[in-house]
Amino acid sequence: MARRKFSTKAAEGDMTPMIDMVFQLIAFFMVLINFSQDDQNAKITLPTSELAKPSEGPAEFPIVMHLDKDGTIYMGANIASVDSIRPLLSTEVAVLQSQSKSAADGNIIIRAHKDAPGGKIQDLINKCQEMGFEKFALRVKEEEVK
Amino acid sequence: MRIKTKSDDNAGQLSLTSMIDVVFLLLIFFVMTFKIAAQEGDFSVKMPLQGESSPSTEVPDLPIKLRLKADAAGNIADILVNDSQSFGSDFAKLRAFIVQMTPGGVEGPSDEKGPEVELDLDYGLKYEFVVAAITSVTGYKQGEDIIRLVERIKFAPPRKPAG
Repeated sequence: MARRKFSTKAAEGDMTPMIDMVFQLIAFFMVLINFSQDDQNAKITLPTSELAKPSEGPAEFPIVMHLDKDGTIYMGANIASVDSIRPLLSTEVAVLQSQSKSAADGNIIIRAHKDAPGGKIQDLINKCQEMGFEKFALRVKEEEVK
Repeated sequence: MRIKTKSDDNAGQLSLTSMIDVVFLLLIFFVMTFKIAAQEGDFSVKMPLQGESSPSTEVPDLPIKLRLKADAAGNIADILVNDSQSFGSDFAKLRAFIVQMTPGGVEGPSDEKGPEVELDLDYGLKYEFVVAAITSVTGYKQGEDIIRLVERIKFAPPRKPAG
């Protein structure tokens, strides 16, 4: 009786659709991934608001400040309190001035914890005002759908 | 002499194994680092420093003073509008009042003109209640649309706790 031989080619499936799909998945995740650490801080739980909508475009000269519920401020890699924030703000003003701008052109983005005392945010705004900043944005997150 | 042709089985095929390995590694990396974050938005507050040299001619059309009182735990205890009308801790009532006070035109309020709300809050009031108050006076949602009421918001000087 003649034996049927299987060729090695018969065992190979067509990889093209799988590779297509995997590349599409990679493209999807690459587009959505956000490496920016500026806008993230694990210690901050933002308050929610039903009116939270992302702004049309990125703010000019954004300076992001995270304020946790104890009143500690995180600015990039720096940690300060409301009373010791002035040197960090001076650095930001110097950066703005080096680009022929003034403090009034900067946008202070305040990401404060929902349980932080409101007075601390007022104090922080006051400190920024003293340095010449005028534009502030209080960041909130979208209300979760129940 | 035997001439070697290119029609040998393996000569024309690229090995896909290594590429697939790398591609799967990339995919795993992106899947692991992917984080679904809630959408974030901003409430804009334009507050130049009130100095003696600052122009004080800019008088808002409808100044509204919003006093937010906190209890010992930092929760909202009372909402007072213009030191006269009290809404308890009900932000919905506050919004209804603001809707009555601000008959929004077709274009709605803008950064330059329109009513202005000054927030005067107790120092210990939790920030989430401040945001709730700002949300109530800024506008409301009607279906998918946002109806804007007040765009100009500012803070009164902080009330430092005694002692």
